[in-house]
Amino acid sequence: MIIDVENLTIKEAHKKLIDRDFSAVELTRAALKLAKERDGEVDAYLEFFEDSLEQAKFADELIAKGDASMLTGIPIAIKDNILINGKIASAGSKILEGYVSTYNAGVIKKLKERGVVFIGRTNMDEFAMGSSTETSFYKQTKNPHDLTRVPGGSSGGSAVAVAVGVLGSLGSDTGGSIRQPASFCGVVGLKPTYGAVSRSGLMAMASSLDQIGPFAKTVADAEFIFDSIKGSDDMDSTSNPNPEYKKAPEGKLTIGVPYDFIKKEGVDKDVLKNFEDNIEELKKAGHKIKEIKLPNAELSLAAYYIIMPAEASTNLARFDGVRYGLSNNGKDLFDDYAGKRGDGFGVEVRRRILLGAFVLSSGYYDAYYNKANLVREHIKQDYKKAFDEVDVIATPTTPSPAFKIGENTSDPLKMYLADIFTVPINLAGVPAISVPCGAVMREGNELPLGMQFIAPHFGEKILFTVGKVLEEIRRTN
Amino acid sequence: MYDYAHMLKKEDVEKLANLSRINISDDEKEQLIVDLDAILGYVDQVQEAAKDAVEQDYGFLENIHLREDSNPHEEGAYTQAILDTAPDTEKGYLKVKKIL
Repeated sequence: MIIDVENLTIKEAHKKLIDRDFSAVELTRAALKLAKERDGEVDAYLEFFEDSLEQAKFADELIAKGDASMLTGIPIAIKDNILINGKIASAGSKILEGYVSTYNAGVIKKLKERGVVFIGRTNMDEFAMGSSTETSFYKQTKNPHDLTRVPGGSSGGSAVAVAVGVLGSLGSDTGGSIRQPASFCGVVGLKPTYGAVSRSGLMAMASSLDQIGPFAKTVADAEFIFDSIKGSDDMDSTSNPNPEYKKAPEGKLTIGVPYDFIKKEGVDKDVLKNFEDNIEELKKAGHKIKEIKLPNAELSLAAYYIIMPAEASTNLARFDGVRYGLSNNGKDLFDDYAGKRGDGFGVEVRRRILLGAFVLSSGYYDAYYNKANLVREHIKQDYKKAFDEVDVIATPTTPSPAFKIGENTSDPLKMYLADIFTVPINLAGVPAISVPCGAVMREGNELPLGMQFIAPHFGEKILFTVGKVLEEIRRTN
Repeated sequence: MYDYAHMLKKEDVEKLANLSRINISDDEKEQLIVDLDAILGYVDQVQEAAKDAVEQDYGFLENIHLREDSNPHEEGAYTQAILDTAPDTEKGYLKVKKIL
């Protein structure tokens, strides 16, 4: 039978698996076939897993026994920085070329038990440092809507994998690495509340900001994946053992819009127009729009580019070449370290490690790192105050549609500005979702845009509710 | 207002590279001076914004949930798998060049 994987959602696939319209093996075979066909063009994957069909057989056994849950037998893709026992995980870096994981990440454990099928690992910016998947050591992933443009990043491969057909994927988001590529590729991307999902087995970039989350074709599908990966884990002391999830609001929503923050120079005028049109539609549907202030939001990027490199330079110290990767060829131990790290890390990673070493060095620590943490606290308070008045906050996900490959690589600061709307959310630790909200025309191609909704801590249900509202508006218009 | 940015010298970059244990070419050092100066110039904003800060305003730990330090896994259960990922080992140890 022919399975139309490209247009298949998790919800529909689940029903068909339960009704025995097709088996998990058949679905996996079809998903792999489509992914391999499209990958010649988009380069989303670093590897397709040879045991995919074996995994699918296990799923079929669960289904036969009546033990299926929503994700049983669903083929998904995994970002190259999330560990699957026995499989290569390289974080897009040369220094981990061929590194084989020795255990399963917390999220992988959960999904495996449910018989989820991992079909491959996806390309990413090296150690998740980038907004375009251009810093990967291995290949350049392309945006399926215009192959001369970037897919966004750092989880570019996972976004593209879903955009060209696979039913879902996992990425990680430190400053926008799920939401920004979701927006650029026209799919849904969720950054959960900090502590909602275990970070065990996620290669750490900035531990106080990182969070694993799903990409999916619909908000409902993103919710199914989130429900399957959330939960506390003894192996991650920052995963919350007693999260108090907020109920989905009933009736009409009050949506806050920080117009001061959004209407900054540098935001594409078509992006702004699209955002305002969507806000107008939400208003017409009966929801209340309220202007809010986030006075410290514009300091987010400055604080982020202190805290993130500080944590990253510390986390990446473990890649000393002794325990993983490349062979020893220096003249002494210091030279082994410096040689391997110089050769094994790419230019953006080297830049951020040095920046981190600078802001943490004695003499500058107070001036940079401590001040950045104070600004972070102010940003948190801004959100707290805002959520006293509104259920959810809306912004564009990105200040522009997908940019050209190579356009921003020579100017790191310009590249960093692509994350202006997503970074404050990680600093505050709150959850946010990017939902497709239309497109702009560039050189004859329709480039997707995303709308970002932000909720209070453990307010994911609010995000799913408002995300579905927007999907419904766009479906009927 | 602090003004550390636009002051980096080649020796500073070399010191950072040394601290970070990363070999960097001379060409890249020149580029790093330009890039790091630009980034530090930008992040300098936090200093003005936080100039009246006091210690109590930040730095507290939250959301940390410690488990009992008990029930370890069986000794040696992961040893071989972990050793297998290292470039150089001997008799169950990671091997490095002599230090003294």
